Amino acid sequence: MSTVVLLTLTGLGLGALYFLVASGLSLIFGLMDVLNFAHGALMSIGAYATWWAASGRLPGAGPGGAGFALAVVFGTAVGTMAAVLLELAVIRPLYARPRDQILATVGVGLAVPALLSAIWGADARPFPGPRALSGVFDLLGAEVPFNRLVLIAAALVVFAALRAFLSRTRYGLVVRAGVEDRAMVTALGIDVRRAFTLVFALGGAAAALGGAIGGLYFGSVDPRQGTSLLIFAFVVVVTGGMGSLTGAALAAAAVGLVQQFANYYTTTGLGDLAVVVLLAALLLVRPRGLTGRPT
Amino acid sequence: MTTVTQPRGGARAADSPLTTRARRLRRASRWWPALLLVALCTAPFSALPLPGLLDGPIGSPGNLQLLALCLLFGGLATGYDLLLGRTGLLSFGHALYFAAGAYVTNTVLLRTGQSLGVCALLGLLAGLLLSILLGAVSLRVSGIGFSMVTLAFAQAGSILVQRDPGGITGGEEGKAVPADQLPSWLVGIGHTANLYWIALAYLGVVLVAVHWAVRSPVGRVWEGIKENERRVEVLGLRPYGFKLIAFVLAGFLAALGGTVHLLLTGGATPQTTTSDFTLSLLVMVVLGGSGTRWGPMAGGILYTWADHRLGDFAGSGVVAGLPAAVRVPLSQPLFLLGALFVAVIYLLPGGVARMPARLRALRTSRPTTDRKEALQP
Repeated sequence: MSTVVLLTLTGLGLGALYFLVASGLSLIFGLMDVLNFAHGALMSIGAYATWWAASGRLPGAGPGGAGFALAVVFGTAVGTMAAVLLELAVIRPLYARPRDQILATVGVGLAVPALLSAIWGADARPFPGPRALSGVFDLLGAEVPFNRLVLIAAALVVFAALRAFLSRTRYGLVVRAGVEDRAMVTALGIDVRRAFTLVFALGGAAAALGGAIGGLYFGSVDPRQGTSLLIFAFVVVVTGGMGSLTGAALAAAAVGLVQQFANYYTTTGLGDLAVVVLLAALLLVRPRGLTGRPT
Repeated sequence: MTTVTQPRGGARAADSPLTTRARRLRRASRWWPALLLVALCTAPFSALPLPGLLDGPIGSPGNLQLLALCLLFGGLATGYDLLLGRTGLLSFGHALYFAAGAYVTNTVLLRTGQSLGVCALLGLLAGLLLSILLGAVSLRVSGIGFSMVTLAFAQAGSILVQRDPGGITGGEEGKAVPADQLPSWLVGIGHTANLYWIALAYLGVVLVAVHWAVRSPVGRVWEGIKENERRVEVLGLRPYGFKLIAFVLAGFLAALGGTVHLLLTGGATPQTTTSDFTLSLLVMVVLGGSGTRWGPMAGGILYTWADHRLGDFAGSGVVAGLPAAVRVPLSQPLFLLGALFVAVIYLLPGGVARMPARLRALRTSRPTTDRKEALQP
């Protein structure tokens, strides 16, 4: 029983991490048809900025308490700025060439981790975090690390915030309409480009937050972390149905759980394979993903 | 109407000796692939140094190895462009078929001790079967979904190789090819020229296969799918089957490249299974010019050469003496390549292959009066 509880919470924690990366990816894809290959890089930027601040290099920030919260805020802000910069400098000039937009993000996705490893080395760096979050608590006989709860809570907050933004605000309306039919929104005289920048900023913020607390989960940061998580985020986006936030949330939880349970009850590594097999099986039954509507 | 035709006719009459010369030049320039082939075939015998491009004479084993890698990746990129540039399929899982060719050949070689030919055949068969199976599944989704599914499959393969099930793949170290089981003319530094010729033959095979396939009736359907898949459907053809043919042919050519790579580098390495490997193929194709006859080949050669030389450059004393702000990014070849890639997308749409056409367009877009004055002495 205790193993099942621990595996469930760990799986959900990993799923939360996937959701943080996949939510932005899914929205950007739904709105702009751009598969952002630099999304993992945004996550790494967030992780490194948080690590940099939490190691005491930013005045007021530190590895514990309010200092760590400030470091996370700083990391998220840096990630958001990087996302906005990416949209303005790389994506927007290629507005009329959708495939080149994707290819340009591939280039950025290659260059940024290389730059990070040039500056801070290719090896993993230990991630400083509050002592309170590195402890464990007892749940139904299982000793569950606190950081799993932090991840799940962060994902739930981001999910709720994005839902509220999409359904309650005027910009959310534009984004939702843009995901449904970009040409129509443009024809109505609404500048979708501003929505693009906004969605990029939101996606970047979520990914950077994922990077920051992902450092907590893994206990270290390294330049390749974002890219390797990105691939599972892709799986989540396809499984959930592209452009759907709820689909991404469901798929993220499912992928995280399947991965953890299969990794534990079979051999390590088989869980990662099981996720891909599951994706293939799903696509054979529902080519448009969990929430996808038939055309 | 006369005002339009007159200057054109006048210009033609005035520069007729010039145009014949230009035509003769163009006819001669059509033979450049043959000349290049002769030059490439005889490269191992050449002691000519290419300062800046290569370290030392062309025929030295180190340079032949680099040139062979360049040719191999030129062929691999050409095969990959069958999907991207010819059919419009953006696959992110091409590394899988390449790695299947290399790993299966090597594993059978190590486990059964069969001859190299049999093992390579089994490796090719594995690549073929894998591409039929996974292509059939991943082509069920279209557009970017297809890209992500191919990526997921390739990632699964990469994980499998890195986890080293049963000690077959050798995990992160990879597995060296058993030199004592190879024919003696493929082993040792003195026989690098033979490997070079094999790489050249591979490039030739891929170029011929791709050109032949693209000009076949199936190739015309690929072109249609690339332009507008819906229209092909309306014409009564099922794009699925045609896309699968392209996928399987590209997968097969990649597996063949994998076996050549195995011989060339003396082992199977897990780096060839990663998504970064597929992305570097993508960079090659876009750098050279996707969908053109020679572009992907040129891109593959250029990329491989730059990748190796940038590594040397990054480790050289010139870079070490620079201030930190410049030195740090320069010390990472992948950063330079990523940045170069973005720059090519911006400044050079269509890649290197489109450059002559763009220059010509620039020249002809000048006012015609200028040209007439220039032509009449």
